[in-house]
Amino acid sequence: MVSQEVIVTNPTGLHGRPASILVTTASKFKSDIDIIKDGSHFNAKSIMSVMGSAVAQGYTIGIQADGVDEEQAVETLVTLIKNEFK
Amino acid sequence: MEKIGIIASPGIAIAKAFVYEKVEAVVIKKQINDIDAEVEKLKIAIKKSKKELEAIYEKAKIDLGEEDASIFQAHVLILNDPEFVDAMISEIRNSVVNAEFAVKSITDNFYTMFAAMEDPYFAARSADIRDVGTRVLNNVMGIENLDLSSFSENTIIIAKDLAPSDTAQMDKAHVVGFATNIGSRTSHTAIMARSLEIPAVLGLSDILETTKTGEMVIVDGIEGKVIVKPTEDELKAYTAKQVKYLDYVATLSQLKDLPAETTDGHRIEICGNIGSPNDLEGVHKNGGEGVGLYRTEFLYMNSDSMPDEEKQFEAYKKVIESFGERSVIIRTLDIGGDKKLPYLPLKEEMNPFLGFRAIRLCFREKEMFKTQLRAILRASVFGKARIMFPMISSVMEVRQAKAIVQECMAQLDAEGIVYDQNIEIGVMIEIPSAAITSDIIVKEVDFFSIGTNDLCQYTLAVDRMNQEVSYLYNPLNPAILRLVKMVIDASHTHPDKFTGMCGEMAGDPSATLILLGLGLDEFSMSASAIPQVKKMIRSVSFKQAQDIANTALKLETGEAVAEMVKTKISDLGIKIV
Repeated sequence: MVSQEVIVTNPTGLHGRPASILVTTASKFKSDIDIIKDGSHFNAKSIMSVMGSAVAQGYTIGIQADGVDEEQAVETLVTLIKNEFK
Repeated sequence: MEKIGIIASPGIAIAKAFVYEKVEAVVIKKQINDIDAEVEKLKIAIKKSKKELEAIYEKAKIDLGEEDASIFQAHVLILNDPEFVDAMISEIRNSVVNAEFAVKSITDNFYTMFAAMEDPYFAARSADIRDVGTRVLNNVMGIENLDLSSFSENTIIIAKDLAPSDTAQMDKAHVVGFATNIGSRTSHTAIMARSLEIPAVLGLSDILETTKTGEMVIVDGIEGKVIVKPTEDELKAYTAKQVKYLDYVATLSQLKDLPAETTDGHRIEICGNIGSPNDLEGVHKNGGEGVGLYRTEFLYMNSDSMPDEEKQFEAYKKVIESFGERSVIIRTLDIGGDKKLPYLPLKEEMNPFLGFRAIRLCFREKEMFKTQLRAILRASVFGKARIMFPMISSVMEVRQAKAIVQECMAQLDAEGIVYDQNIEIGVMIEIPSAAITSDIIVKEVDFFSIGTNDLCQYTLAVDRMNQEVSYLYNPLNPAILRLVKMVIDASHTHPDKFTGMCGEMAGDPSATLILLGLGLDEFSMSASAIPQVKKMIRSVSFKQAQDIANTALKLETGEAVAEMVKTKISDLGIKIV
């Protein structure tokens, strides 16, 4: 299991397009991937779970992956968030 | 069978009906024996729903562009959501219930959860979840998902009302008319019909219940009638009327390059209202001389995040450049009321139309406001831009807004960025207090533009969307005519100042002669209304129009004014369709 923290800096947080991009990207990996906000876990492959996390700009969240491609999954998602989904 | 309704968009359409009625599926909870069969049933329905949505998405991408089509991609994403789908499967397995019940209860759960969220963006997503859930449910139960996205022949849509989600995926090449149970001139269906330039008659109360798919229908957007199953004679008569109307539209288009000038040489300016650079073509095509209202809120509403200065600059520049020396009036952000931004959460209000909106909101979100003003100022060197502030209620607000423009100018000066130093600044007159104090406000501005939709709503205390009271909504009401006169007269106390109008009234040919006679300097309207208003103006002398305006001011009711104008127009031999 691998996990890493990252600050969400894009203005809309995990809304709309960024949420879609995050879920689509996460779904490409075999590992189970969670977003952790204030100790609660949200399934990063579920659009409703990600939106339900209500992560806004400025939040620090954890990305945690467990599976065969866990390292690559965490690295890809953290980079995606750092680059503000561009 | 003939029915009378509200004219929302002119023209004659003759085609087969498509009855767009959303059937509410009745779901009954049942205990089941074969769990695996029920799960399989659900999976097949989900697969079918996905296929439908992907097809709609592909079509929407071509018809509407990537941005507007992305809503359907979001729907596919919801269907691919393991939490959503697994919850349905677990519901079947754990509660041993039928698939339709599982779909309904899980959809309802998620819907309630999202609808209850404080953030308006998430709350709005609840509608997407319900749309997707309904699609799956219909597929489980074998109810056809009605789809407006593909017709093989010309079709008239019959509905209760049409929502943006209905028209987004509509087959625009084959839909030739609308007839609906409810709606008004300013509802979504009406605006859509006018922008597609197809006839629409709304407010027919029971057209949905009395028409069947495949029946022949005539939509008469000239007299406000709909005929279901016309007789041979009626068909013949309306085919002739349709040809005559198209001829009339063709003669109007010959006016395109002629000035909007009375027979005795009084010249006014006739402009188009636009929501984005995409609307420019229509304004040019119909002979608009400039833009009297650029609704910049669409730039914000069609975006996932706050549009930055660069993005705004590009849009404004495109519009300003396309009109060269002719004026483009840019209205600063008018959000709030019924218009919301996904990324700018606002509190729910008891009276949103009397609440925190437009300029009031811009004063609090000052950085957002300054970003827009900087973008407009930078773009102003590419032609003739004017700035207009919405929802002004007193001169204090004008001064405050102008001070912020000054701040932006000082910043641009410091950065060495050029802008039009003499850019003119004006205000919308849409609140009665601003109209009544227009003699005070005029000292601070270069022009007025009367927004009649809100001015009527606020002056007459009528919610124009409310069917129970919309009959009171009449721009020809003496109270409105007096306010309009007051505003025009106030601007004319200064030789270089002027009054325009950008509400629905400006594009209504039955009001043209009165407004002309009152001395209105600029008329701005949806592009398709331009030729007809121009024709009215070119048919009379200024003196005749002034006489009509003076007569109107002496009448006691809006109805009497409407009757008088109708008689005058017919006496003058002007044909309006």
